[in-house]
Amino acid sequence: MRTDDLIKALDADARSKAMPLQSAWWMAAGAAAVVAAIVFLLTIGPRPDFMAAAHTMRFLSKFVFTIVLAVSAFALIRALSTPGAPTGRAMAGMIAAPLLVALAVVLELFALPEADWGTRMVGSNMMICMGFIPLIGIGPLAIFLWMLRYGAPTRPVLAGAVAGLLAGGLAATFYAAHCFDDSPLFVATWYTIAIAILALLGALGGRFFVRW
Amino acid sequence: MTGKDEAELSRLMRAAIAGDEKAYADFLHRIAALVRGFVRRKIVQGGVDPEDVVQETLLAIHVKRHTWRQDAPVLPWVYAIARFKLIDAFRRRGRRIEIDVDDIAETFAEPEQESVSERDINRALDGLSPAQRSVVSAVSVEGRSIGETAAKFGISETAVRVSLHRGLAAIAKRFGQGRFGRE
Repeated sequence: MRTDDLIKALDADARSKAMPLQSAWWMAAGAAAVVAAIVFLLTIGPRPDFMAAAHTMRFLSKFVFTIVLAVSAFALIRALSTPGAPTGRAMAGMIAAPLLVALAVVLELFALPEADWGTRMVGSNMMICMGFIPLIGIGPLAIFLWMLRYGAPTRPVLAGAVAGLLAGGLAATFYAAHCFDDSPLFVATWYTIAIAILALLGALGGRFFVRW
Repeated sequence: MTGKDEAELSRLMRAAIAGDEKAYADFLHRIAALVRGFVRRKIVQGGVDPEDVVQETLLAIHVKRHTWRQDAPVLPWVYAIARFKLIDAFRRRGRRIEIDVDDIAETFAEPEQESVSERDINRALDGLSPAQRSVVSAVSVEGRSIGETAAKFGISETAVRVSLHRGLAAIAKRFGQGRFGRE
């Protein structure tokens, strides 16, 4: 087939419509939040003293970290799924969540006596944390990988890893409402590992599933 | 490539997405020539047929046109897809190359040349269902309109459009997965 003939076929298909990628991303984000909320409520649910905890700095700081991660990953993944879109600013934005966590860790180390550092870091929920963040995030991750297929990422492995970070940020936001371990020392350790698991799964998904 | 080209091509693409077939044909012909110039300059060793990469890029542009933001320039989007498809073509043939983004600025439009070898797209076409294959061939190689194709096969115009759309999507998907022949 000559290229001119191919163009005739493409032109004859000009009227076929698909939802613009940027709108589709917002729908996917909504769907992913609903899926995560359902899994969260059906399994562990919020902690009983949620309202009382909402008045403490440590509890609230967890949501700042996870929401900042989700928002920055969402901006980056939308850029990565669009060919030729500039990614520099969104890439730089990914520093925000780790930076906030690092800052909180330093403050926590000043606030706590050295003898308490170990128990605060280990906490009492590390296995639940490492199990449920990936469990809540796996549905959203599937949605985001499917969205990458709908898009056109020229760096599929990186885009897949960012899909994992986005799913991780979302899942950790829900999980944080359940967990009694509010110390930044705990968050910096176990949340990071749990989210890294999702990022790794996302990168694998990007490598093998996101082809176009 | 100039700013005027960019503005004109973006205008054509916006009109095409709104359903203007004439603007779309114009856009695709001009993009094909630019991508051909880009790809030919990049392929210095044998093994990869530039025109195969041009055709893969055009198909990807078509099935992924919902990823273009209408307020963004269209050429960086086009060249990002062309670069991705070119790297993909080299990778399939066991080569690794790095392509410098800045080289794009020196690209000139080039006309198509006849090829002696069989095109990847023909093999991908062979892998379609018989109904999709005959519709895609009628509209492309035989140059029939949607209406003429519907009359030829005794089916509705809607059925022709659906077969054409699915057939093109299937070819693009095969290219994406590096599959070209019948399974």
